[in-house]
Amino acid sequence: MQAFTRLDGRAAPLSLANIDTDQIIPKQFLKTVEREGLAKGLFYDFRFDGDGNQIAEFVLNRPEYKGSSVLIAGDNFGCGSSREHAPWALMDYGIMCVISTSFADIFNNNCFNNGLLPVVLRPEEIAVLMDEAKGGNHMVSIDLATQTVVSPSGKSFHFDIDPVRKDKMLKGLDFIGETLMHGADIDLYESKRALDRPWLEA
Amino acid sequence: MTRARKTLYDKIWDAHLVNEQDGEAILYIDLHLIHEVTTPQAFAGLRAAGRKVRRPDRTLAVADHNIPTEGQALGVDAVADEEARLQLKTLARNVKDNGIEFFPMGDIRNGIVHVVGPEQGRTQPGMTIVCGDSHTSTHGAFGALAHGIGTSEVEHVLATQTLRQEKARNMKVRVDGQLGPGVTAKDVALAVIGEIGTAGGTGYVIEFAGDVVRDLSMEGRMTLCNLTIEGGAKAGLVAPDDKTFAYIQGKPSAPKGAAWDIALSYWKSFVSDDDAHFDRTVVIDGSALVPMVTWGTSPEDVIPVTGNVPDPESFATPDKRAAAHRALDYMGLTAGQPISEARIDRVFIGSCTNSRIEDMRAAAAVVQEAFLHGRLVAPHVTAMVVPGSGLVKEQAEEEGLDAIFKAAGFDWREPGCSMCLAMNPDKLQPGERCASTSNRNFEGRQGRAGRTHLVSPAMAAAAAIAGHLVDVRTWLTEETV
Ligand code: SF4
Repeated sequence: MQAFTRLDGRAAPLSLANIDTDQIIPKQFLKTVEREGLAKGLFYDFRFDGDGNQIAEFVLNRPEYKGSSVLIAGDNFGCGSSREHAPWALMDYGIMCVISTSFADIFNNNCFNNGLLPVVLRPEEIAVLMDEAKGGNHMVSIDLATQTVVSPSGKSFHFDIDPVRKDKMLKGLDFIGETLMHGADIDLYESKRALDRPWLEA
Repeated sequence: MTRARKTLYDKIWDAHLVNEQDGEAILYIDLHLIHEVTTPQAFAGLRAAGRKVRRPDRTLAVADHNIPTEGQALGVDAVADEEARLQLKTLARNVKDNGIEFFPMGDIRNGIVHVVGPEQGRTQPGMTIVCGDSHTSTHGAFGALAHGIGTSEVEHVLATQTLRQEKARNMKVRVDGQLGPGVTAKDVALAVIGEIGTAGGTGYVIEFAGDVVRDLSMEGRMTLCNLTIEGGAKAGLVAPDDKTFAYIQGKPSAPKGAAWDIALSYWKSFVSDDDAHFDRTVVIDGSALVPMVTWGTSPEDVIPVTGNVPDPESFATPDKRAAAHRALDYMGLTAGQPISEARIDRVFIGSCTNSRIEDMRAAAAVVQEAFLHGRLVAPHVTAMVVPGSGLVKEQAEEEGLDAIFKAAGFDWREPGCSMCLAMNPDKLQPGERCASTSNRNFEGRQGRAGRTHLVSPAMAAAAAIAGHLVDVRTWLTEETV
């Protein structure tokens, strides 16, 4: 997994609530057996019309937001389907951090498992960021170690994050390798389970 | 000595704890269900790291998300969509390489993953169950902790048979009273989401209780738990009871003989203690519920079928007002119009929410009654019924339900996810309006620019015949006089 320490980048404001994973990446892009190349499907129905032409006013299509690496979004971002293609598509497009007032559970886990940082701020802080990002300067900084977001005008916001998740994100740790270090505990559990619930053993 | 009172969720959690450090637990997973769309990258990851599937015997694979709903007997090579074919073949290879049981397309046991698990008796009380699909919450109907996971987590479970988890909070949703005629589990579920909102359950596991939930059949409880994810909750649970046990008994993977008795006494311990602590309790008067329908593009956009489309300006926050304007625009509806005036083009009866035998029977009963009044599917409506599995299809055909549907002009299809997510050829055309028994009315979910109204199977069947959304309780008498 990719480590996340600090990010200085352009932030695109997307002030819609309940953006679901069907909108982040529509199903026609889920038929791949790869993780790569999903950027083409990111926000497809927002970026392109029925004939495949770019929709000029959509934020990521506007020249001033080209190369954005941060997305500022409305409440309950990433609800709906469990598809991990959503963070893959965001990252493939270059978005490494999403800031919102809340994230749906599975999406949130999927982000942490891939090194995309979901940052939760308070509604009034999001409003400030959203406003500033719509102005002339779109540059924000996110520092995971100090848990701060600095807005384009220099306002600093603190965010909370689970310490275990933070640590793994900073180091880019492989979750599976780490769990396998507890192999003896899993063995022990399985032998107890075989006694308690023998009907589950083949 | 007083022991801390535990909820059903607490008990399942404790029974599966392998290890706990710094608030993060490693939970053992009893059953891992997999399908073609969310696993190829997980198996590729395993291969790249030289890892093996730890418990192939605790893993079950089906092909459901992108299979066509006709011509399944022709096999995977005949699937027209090249990318879908590649995913199906990739799954077949991955399960073979790893010794995982697989019901391929065309096998009578194949179907939607959340229909197949219970039908095979794989889903049992007190279990932890995961699958790379958000509606895994369905299995909570058996008192199993069941939820969707992403592909990295699929890989984690394949390699370790465990999952890293943080404990959620406990919410109780109690539905009191008795449902009126024509009001179903689907209506209860939609009413719950309407009440708590799509993010209202975030961070919680919901236990459903109350007389209405007790009175629901297992199929009804599955419908209810299926939709918990649309309320944002991690999982939904119903405590197992005699109905649960009776449903499991005799299923292919159910314990047999002496093992059945051991299992039964183990399962019976999975109920919340009296006075167990719930962080939040929501009480709903089930007797007051009526058939529900969604008007917008989020499952929380729900109104009684007797109601009117709300005025976006009536919502409390600017965010909600903007979302409602956008939704009405997308749905092609006007504020204040009676929702029953919405003329429909398509009907979809299917999906892991409502494609079990009871759903088929409920829809067929409405169709039959209408048929006796000389009514068929409205000429401008295309209606399809997609049973949840090969076994559901077979059962329905034995009962003659397919004949009822076909005689009335419905298209009787082969099992799969179909137009629930429209990854296969079954999709809405832009602007088409659909009464659907599925679970998501998101923009584009059933096809680009398609308009979805979520309803119960009986409501969908009635809408197909009336040609517009109708109140299933009164429509026949009102329309034929
Ligand atoms: S029917 Fe729909 S919700 Fe259910 S598993 Fe299939 S795609 Fe997911």
